[in-house]
Amino acid sequence: MSEATKSNLLQGVTGDWEVVVGMEIHAQVQSKAKLFSGASTEFGAEPNANVSLVDAAMPGMLPVINAYCVEQAVRTGLGLKAQINLRSIFDRKNYFYPDLPQGYQISQFKDPIVGEGEVIVDMPDGTSFTVGIERLHLEQDAGKSIHDLHPSKSYVDLNRSGIALMEIVSKPDIRSSEQAAAYLRKVRAIVRYLGTCDGNMEQGSMRADVNVSVRRPGDPLGTRCEMKNINSMRFVQQAIDYEAMRQIEIIEAGGTINQETRLFDSRNGETRTMRSKEEAHDYRYFPDPDLLPLEFDQAWVDEIASGLPELPDDKKARFIADMGLSPYDASVLVSDKSRAEFFEAVAEGRDAKLAANWVTGEFFGALNKNGTAIEDSPISAAQLGALVDLISDDTISGKIAKQVFEIMFETGEEPAKIVEDKGLKQVTDTGAIEAAVDEIIAANPDKVAEYKEKPKMFGWFVGQVMKVTQGKANPKAVNDILKAKLDG
Amino acid sequence: MTELTKLTMAEARDGLKAKEFTSVELTQAHVEAIESARALNCFVTETAERALEQAKQSDERLQSGQAGPMEGLPVAIKDLFCTEGVQTTASSHILEGFVPQYESTVSANLWRDGAVMLGKTNLDEFAMGSSNETSFFGNVVNPYRRPGDETPLVPGGSSGGSSAAVAARLALGATGTDTGGSIRQPASFTGIVGIKPTYGRCSRWGIVAFASSLDQAGPMTRTVRDAAIMLGSMAGFDPKDSTCVDRPVPNYEASLTGDVRGLKIGVPKEYRLDGMPGEIEALWQKGINWLKAAGAEIVDVSLPHTKYALPAYYIVAPAEASSNLARYDGVKYGLREEGTDIADMYEKTRAAGFGAEVQRRVMIGTYVLSAGYYDAYYLKAQKVRSLIAGDFKKVFETVDAILTPTAPSAAFGAGEKSDDPLSMYLNDVFTVTGNLAGLPGISVPAGVDGQGLPLGLQVVGKPFDEEMVLKIADVIESAADPIAAPQEWWKA
Repeated sequence: MSEATKSNLLQGVTGDWEVVVGMEIHAQVQSKAKLFSGASTEFGAEPNANVSLVDAAMPGMLPVINAYCVEQAVRTGLGLKAQINLRSIFDRKNYFYPDLPQGYQISQFKDPIVGEGEVIVDMPDGTSFTVGIERLHLEQDAGKSIHDLHPSKSYVDLNRSGIALMEIVSKPDIRSSEQAAAYLRKVRAIVRYLGTCDGNMEQGSMRADVNVSVRRPGDPLGTRCEMKNINSMRFVQQAIDYEAMRQIEIIEAGGTINQETRLFDSRNGETRTMRSKEEAHDYRYFPDPDLLPLEFDQAWVDEIASGLPELPDDKKARFIADMGLSPYDASVLVSDKSRAEFFEAVAEGRDAKLAANWVTGEFFGALNKNGTAIEDSPISAAQLGALVDLISDDTISGKIAKQVFEIMFETGEEPAKIVEDKGLKQVTDTGAIEAAVDEIIAANPDKVAEYKEKPKMFGWFVGQVMKVTQGKANPKAVNDILKAKLDG
Repeated sequence: MTELTKLTMAEARDGLKAKEFTSVELTQAHVEAIESARALNCFVTETAERALEQAKQSDERLQSGQAGPMEGLPVAIKDLFCTEGVQTTASSHILEGFVPQYESTVSANLWRDGAVMLGKTNLDEFAMGSSNETSFFGNVVNPYRRPGDETPLVPGGSSGGSSAAVAARLALGATGTDTGGSIRQPASFTGIVGIKPTYGRCSRWGIVAFASSLDQAGPMTRTVRDAAIMLGSMAGFDPKDSTCVDRPVPNYEASLTGDVRGLKIGVPKEYRLDGMPGEIEALWQKGINWLKAAGAEIVDVSLPHTKYALPAYYIVAPAEASSNLARYDGVKYGLREEGTDIADMYEKTRAAGFGAEVQRRVMIGTYVLSAGYYDAYYLKAQKVRSLIAGDFKKVFETVDAILTPTAPSAAFGAGEKSDDPLSMYLNDVFTVTGNLAGLPGISVPAGVDGQGLPLGLQVVGKPFDEEMVLKIADVIESAADPIAAPQEWWKA
């Protein structure tokens, strides 16, 4: 749990307030079939195309657990460094809604598949904090009600009905909207590394319920309000910021907070009451008698654990220890699986620091500037690696390399070809450099005299040589020759 | 041709094999019997055409030597089993007109083995009842009457359409389901055999759910041998039901050796209820004597938590039912009563679609699962359930089976108990324990009461020991005086 640091506190009229946030992340399990039926989970199908008899809750239909979804949940639990429960129970959560065909959602209530764990979250300022994981459980998604296609009727699409979700519940360890977004980003990175959820918030495969309360630093927890189903990082931040200030204003005006479920309206960035505690559903949870307790052995868990990919925290540690990267570069690189993979491909067999500079500097800069996703990058890791090679073997200077990079990003051409075509090869022929140096010294006797007084003039001579050689001269050779001639 | 309906299933099977008659002839005889017995109201849906078509195909297979174990034998299906292309109602208005696109595993197993479907039998709505008086499609009438008295008697429930049809010789056998006694009690009331197998022996897939942890399908027939034949077809593993157990189906008929020498039969003292009719008590003693005479050893046993079984059952079963019946909401299929908004539509649909007994149980179930009541009711009932299962486990360390009466009375008159749910619920007092513990139990006709009405004895066995239960029931059946077929008064 992070301590109340001054920078996280919110300013009220009567003093400082601390915001306390807990999150429930709903992550759609990456799986071809639904949690309890064989129907497809493919996104974007025609309405009601991916619906089995079970998903439509036809009379007499029974759920059968999809073992792959269980494996994915275990994998995710391991990625969250959490307790894996070898015995868990599916319960029915009962409520009526047209997009819930069974009249209950199969979920896990008292005995979830995954227990306590933790997530270390890095902040952009280089600090980090830990969020405790309360639990992770498996549950069915509901269908989708569509209210705007007909003036008086609603339509229901059951394609999502029965898809497996992992609900990842955090402890109330988050202390700011920035931390909340960073936590969500970190969990998304972990599930993407694991391949257990695609983390695609726009398609709804990841969404969050956010619990917010405020208190005076050091006081016990305040009354919380929950905002449901927020589907972007930005909205999570906006919702927390708005909600925290709303609560502070109420308390400072002498009011009290009612525990309630609120809706975040992304159009105006505000939250409003959905239902109060008194109106809360009584879900009448009880163990689903159609399903046996979910049981597996430790050996199976160990087998899954042994097949886990390297996760962001371990990768970061390795980048720092084995590759000599700075903690900042390392955390930037591991924050996203594709970025980390790209970097590792560039760094393979090369100077890792140089590779990291190019990936985090020019390359990420260009992607950001153009709004290009790394998957759509015009430059492959192999090409960027080839560019780094050209620098390392003195074929081109770092400065020329930037020109070459720009052309590569525009055309997708190989760096060697660009260097060849444009004649950008570095001049390492000392004779040619000497000739240029001699020429400049001869033409500028006043500057040579000035140099004797002010050694700082040396830079001017370097610039002149570079100008004459169109930047292609090897900077080290230029330095050495100039020094010899001017001081000699 | 009517003589063909008098055959047992085993006799009919052997007659078909010996080509003494055809399946079409056998089926036609039953179709005619059904048409003449509409006064009994056994069927919600008759499927004569389909039956004759199936019979024709069976005859072809019999001719070509490809006959299955139940080839050409006409049976009835309780209208709780979903049947592809044939209306399946659970005897509820809310499912009236519902035609499934799929076939329940148990009925599919019967068709796989060559059986012929005569129709879908009436039942208490959603299998909730002990007298077949809660069906939306009207009461089923017991083919037996008190002498010189035309008062319609109930056939028991919930599988009352099946029990009456088999007793009235309208079908060679019928499927039933048993959640608290719904196979065994109607079998007892109509003088036939009914077995509730071990929970997990038959697949529940495609059977409209009442209480999922208790529901189990089983056969209802006129003899123990017929029950063995039919159970062999119905039982078996089904990966579509997670609670169905993967173990081989034995040849049940082979267990009918008539030899019970040396077996230990437990007689539980807690089943001697205060106020139980003397003739039930006497019948129980007769059963004990028959088994003793056949060489079995009778052992007094104790099942101390028996008295808590009925209350526990009437918490667990409605709790599960309240959730299982949530899907009948007017949105996807079945009845819809339009409303001003979604909540109003739900309320109107369910108020119109469910009868009084179903509504009562949905409300009880909703109550016992509610926040603040869950621990006191549902959780406590589950603990009682474990204690009851523990009682049986302990007793089965020393005995091979248990003998009890099936029901505390013979068939009663229609309307006699329908205003008093508690006295109606008492019908299940000897049978619910088997459901709560998941054990196999059979009701076998053993005698008649003072008015000539059939009475059954129940044999309860260890998990998956249907063979033992059948073997002992077979010995009782042989020792008892055969129960005379009902007078066919409905034909008049």
